[in-house]
Amino acid sequence: MSNEQTAVLFSKVCRYFGDVKAVDSVDMEIREGEFFSLLGPSGSGKTTSLRLIAGFDRPSSGNILLYGQDVSDLPPYERSVNTVFQDYALFPHMTIGENIAYGLMIKKVAKAERENRVTEMLNLVQLTGMEKRKPSQLSGGQRQRVALARALINNPKVLLLDEPLGALDLKLRQQMQVELKSLQKRVGITFIFVTHDQEEALTMSDRIAVFNQGKIEQVGSPAEIYEHPATEFVAGFVGTSNLIRGERAKRISGSDATFSIRPEKIHLTTPLEEGPDVIYADGSIRDVVYLGLYTRYLVELDGGGDLVVVEQNLHTTSMDVTLLKGKRVHLSWKKHHMRPIGG
Amino acid sequence: MRSNNGSNRTLKMAALGTLLFLHLPMFIIILYAFTTDESTYSFPLPGFTTKWFSVALQRQDLWQALLLSVKVASVATLAAMVLGTLAAAAVYRSNFFGRDAISFLLVLPIALPGIVTGIALRSAIGALDIPFSFWTIVIGHATFCVVTVYNNVLARFRRSSNSLIEASMDLGANAFQTFRYVVLPNIGTALLAGGMLAFALSFDEVIVTTFTAGQQTTLPVWIFSQLTRPRDRPVTNVVALFVIAITLGPIYLAQKLTADSADAGESKE
Repeated sequence: MSNEQTAVLFSKVCRYFGDVKAVDSVDMEIREGEFFSLLGPSGSGKTTSLRLIAGFDRPSSGNILLYGQDVSDLPPYERSVNTVFQDYALFPHMTIGENIAYGLMIKKVAKAERENRVTEMLNLVQLTGMEKRKPSQLSGGQRQRVALARALINNPKVLLLDEPLGALDLKLRQQMQVELKSLQKRVGITFIFVTHDQEEALTMSDRIAVFNQGKIEQVGSPAEIYEHPATEFVAGFVGTSNLIRGERAKRISGSDATFSIRPEKIHLTTPLEEGPDVIYADGSIRDVVYLGLYTRYLVELDGGGDLVVVEQNLHTTSMDVTLLKGKRVHLSWKKHHMRPIGG
Repeated sequence: MRSNNGSNRTLKMAALGTLLFLHLPMFIIILYAFTTDESTYSFPLPGFTTKWFSVALQRQDLWQALLLSVKVASVATLAAMVLGTLAAAAVYRSNFFGRDAISFLLVLPIALPGIVTGIALRSAIGALDIPFSFWTIVIGHATFCVVTVYNNVLARFRRSSNSLIEASMDLGANAFQTFRYVVLPNIGTALLAGGMLAFALSFDEVIVTTFTAGQQTTLPVWIFSQLTRPRDRPVTNVVALFVIAITLGPIYLAQKLTADSADAGESKE
């Protein structure tokens, strides 16, 4: 990985809107050919960062380098990046074919060549034979593919995707996640993907940058982000996390650092066997939410504080788990699943 | 079901009545363009003739008035299309101090009684010492034509996706190419519809014209002056027929254009 080229480099990039620091001194390096996600809640600066790369917006200060070239002040049409918009932004007055060929038409590519490339792109996104249709005649998923084809036909160095799956229903979204990922592997282009959906980011990305309030909290692979959250924010935003801190942390582990523990690492119905690396806590179940595949329990610890516990319904039914409400429980987890924040 | 049919019939009668109330006067004009009686409206018609058409065709003053009206309406419409589009684009794309006031100010000339607009224009033209001419009429008409284009184009801007322009730029098009290939085709029908309404508005304007014209007479002003000459009344009716014919086309087209694109807009999502 380390010998790969840097595709996009942010160097102390800031973007202020009045008093609001939308992007606050961000340093970020995105490598060639990787699927890189900008993950964060709305207003965290991820979309603004994407717009800065696309050129729709200019940084208030700092520099953005695209393959070593400073593009901070270049207009969008002079950057070799293309964007897939959240609302697709297909030109309603053009056919699908004309939409996809738009970039080539602007570059004055000959018509025959254009048509060949459009056919090629339509095959790539599995919309063969649709070039004569109008965007209004396509479904959401199909428009999504057209938007992809329209961007990819220009062979951009970097493809920017602004929450492109947000408007699709769950089934289609999951299907497109897989397709997007495999498409990215086939074309080998750097994808920068903006999303607020942590599951989406974990599914698709090679690396993720977690944004919060205009700053990057952590950059890492999905496994690193999930298993070793660097900050409390990351621990809470990516997946669910129980934070154990202060007095309680000291009592349980002997250190007063802040720890996070994932709900699925805690055993509830079948406690772990005692051992030197096993930690116990007693409490009572305050709430039970049956979710089909698994059940989420809220356990009030005897020493004060709550823990969220998730267990798969391997042997339990909805009847069984509902009856557990109010019952005493003996929780247990492996010590190494308690991650010190920042460690 | 039966009561439903009953109320349906009442509704149809009401609709028919309203349409008759709106359009019967026009049928009267059309009817009396063919009467043999020169000065009174008698019913039934004393006789049927088409001679007033040839009389009208030979009236030099009428042709001059018609030509002037077409010229004024064309130039005023063109000015309105340019200015209205620019205003709409500015209000839509940027956020500046007083933006909301602009919409209000643009609507004012058409919302205010014509007589106020007329007097205001006349005193302004007088104060600036501009000689009354073809151009003063055009300026007068343009003031209230701009708003029809502005409203239509702004509505279209608001309905089309925000990111179309960014998408075009993203795909390598500069500002000019983006306007040519994306913006113009998207607002085209709205622009045309607004222009046609503007043309129709300008073509039959009387009040503002009387204040801003010098010696010239536009067609509506000519018709108005004919009312004091009862002898040639059928000629006036014939001319009114012309005016109906000339304005009906653009208005019909404007309606159709906006309706078509409204359909397209709905099926979009």
